[in-house]
Amino acid sequence: MEGTKSILKTIPLLKTKAGPRDVDLWPQRLKEEYQSLIQSVKNNKDNDNDWFRLESNKEGTKWFGKCWVFQNQLKYEFDIEFDIPVTYPTTAPEIVLPELDGKTAKMYRGGKICLSDHFKPLWARNVPKFGISHALALGLGPWLAVEIPELIVRGVVKYKEKDDDK
Amino acid sequence: MSLEDVENIKKHIEHFKKTLMELTETQSPKESVEHKIREMSAEVVDSNPYSRLMALQRMGIVKNYEDIRKFTVVIVGVGGVGSVTAEMLTRCGIGKLILFDYDKVELANMNRLFYQPAQAGLSKVTAASMTLTRINPDVKIETYNTNITLTTQFEEFLRVLQTGGISGNRVDLVLSCVDNYEARMTINTACNELALEWFESGVSENAVCGHIQYIVPGESACFACAPPLVVASEIDEKTLKKDGVCAASLPTTMGVVAGLLVQNTLKKLLHFGTISWYLGYNALADFFPSMMIKPNPNCTDSFCLKRQEEFKNRVIEEPVCKNEELPEDKVIHKDNEWGISLADDSIVVNQSIVTDKSTVADNSTAVLLDNSSELNNTIELVSTSITKNVSKNTSIKNEEEYLSLNDGLEFAYSSADKTATNEETLVKDTDLTVDDLRAQMALL
Ligand SMILES: [Zn+2]
Repeated sequence: MEGTKSILKTIPLLKTKAGPRDVDLWPQRLKEEYQSLIQSVKNNKDNDNDWFRLESNKEGTKWFGKCWVFQNQLKYEFDIEFDIPVTYPTTAPEIVLPELDGKTAKMYRGGKICLSDHFKPLWARNVPKFGISHALALGLGPWLAVEIPELIVRGVVKYKEKDDDK
Repeated sequence: MSLEDVENIKKHIEHFKKTLMELTETQSPKESVEHKIREMSAEVVDSNPYSRLMALQRMGIVKNYEDIRKFTVVIVGVGGVGSVTAEMLTRCGIGKLILFDYDKVELANMNRLFYQPAQAGLSKVTAASMTLTRINPDVKIETYNTNITLTTQFEEFLRVLQTGGISGNRVDLVLSCVDNYEARMTINTACNELALEWFESGVSENAVCGHIQYIVPGESACFACAPPLVVASEIDEKTLKKDGVCAASLPTTMGVVAGLLVQNTLKKLLHFGTISWYLGYNALADFFPSMMIKPNPNCTDSFCLKRQEEFKNRVIEEPVCKNEELPEDKVIHKDNEWGISLADDSIVVNQSIVTDKSTVADNSTAVLLDNSSELNNTIELVSTSITKNVSKNTSIKNEEEYLSLNDGLEFAYSSADKTATNEETLVKDTDLTVDDLRAQMALL
């Protein structure tokens, strides 16, 4: 991922160390998460590399959305979902792509993506500055870039017409 | 009949099989109000399942084996290590086991011990509960098919730890047999908050290393005090092929780790021998590095700091040496090739693994941990002539000045970067509410 590092630099870092159990500070952290995500999407659009959308429940503990990959001018779209763990942001959220559960060995049970050996140390070094936008850019982005083309080649992931109308 | 029909029929058969097993095999322990427990007899007859265990008492190893009936142990994660741990404790006649796991039994797990192919598809806790109840109906088994890292289920986890004991009291010990950092950190958070002792255990993703770690909040390093400590396998990560797989596993390594875990659990509960603070296992070299890590005075977990304060006060009030008497015939080897040593605030000792059959008594091994001496001392560990694996951690060691590592051990990664962040790179303060921002996001 030659681009990952430069993309990372443009994503705003977060300030507040708070997880969902921290009733007082979590709303502030949640605001920062959204701010960082909004900027991240804007950056992607500016760079002609728009590849995900996310939203959360009211409490900000459950997140869901979509991500997509282009291969040979075809758009392959996948659902994303994850929970904010009790120990967030000390531990990163575990991103799930439910449709791909069981289709690749690069996944833990339940469709959790298997992150590179670099991700966890990097996250640990950047607590609490990294947020959801960083987990996507550093975790999910590179995973999709490597795994999806291979899944397409193997015929495990097939192009669906309806993906095209967006 | 199409292939699809056949598949569907197969699925139905599987489903019926599971339902049948669930209905016939076990009545939920929660429902069985009258839990009949056999007497733990010391009588040596073929029909007494406890005779060999009670013999420990006759031989003077354990003072009162029957005490085991009073204890409640929580096992989080009943996979390769946790299920074997549960079976061992069940066979030992533990009072009560509480199992947490959200996973199902899969055929891909059959390279490990305990579960059977026919159980595939059942929740691990249900399958485990059935088997354990059949092995020893005296043990109370309670199961939770939940993921403790979720906020909604964490509260229940806390409640169980506080009230899950045999008589509605707090549980006696928590054993972490999970396979991920998130769950370990969750257990750490809970045990720091409740001041509960726990054991962490783990097997490396390459299946050839493992460890157990005894965590007494305030007294020894918690899981957040330092990056995870792992056994150096000396396999270069770059040459470790991970194409197409997340993790490997061996029943052997898992069995060894479960054995070490339960052995230390028994020692802790029944007060015999010495408990290892951190004990590693390198399967490639048959090497068992060990050490003690002190709590980090700058730990990011506020409850850890609180427990550290309490521990300091407790030691000042009652400066007792907690140690069990050590066996007298310590094995000492001058070269101490592997650098095994026991940590202490004031006394540094050299103790080697058995490389030499000649035993030399040495007074310096007499004290393991003297809690009464200054607590903030840097932990002193013996570094020895052979400096294997040292280079890897040089930079980390400098950061983590409060501790240094024994040979054969290393941090999984470096700890959080404490350098100040450039203001420009941070999110700006905003007057917008979360709802405003959520709306803004939706419009993108
Ligand atoms: Zn700590």
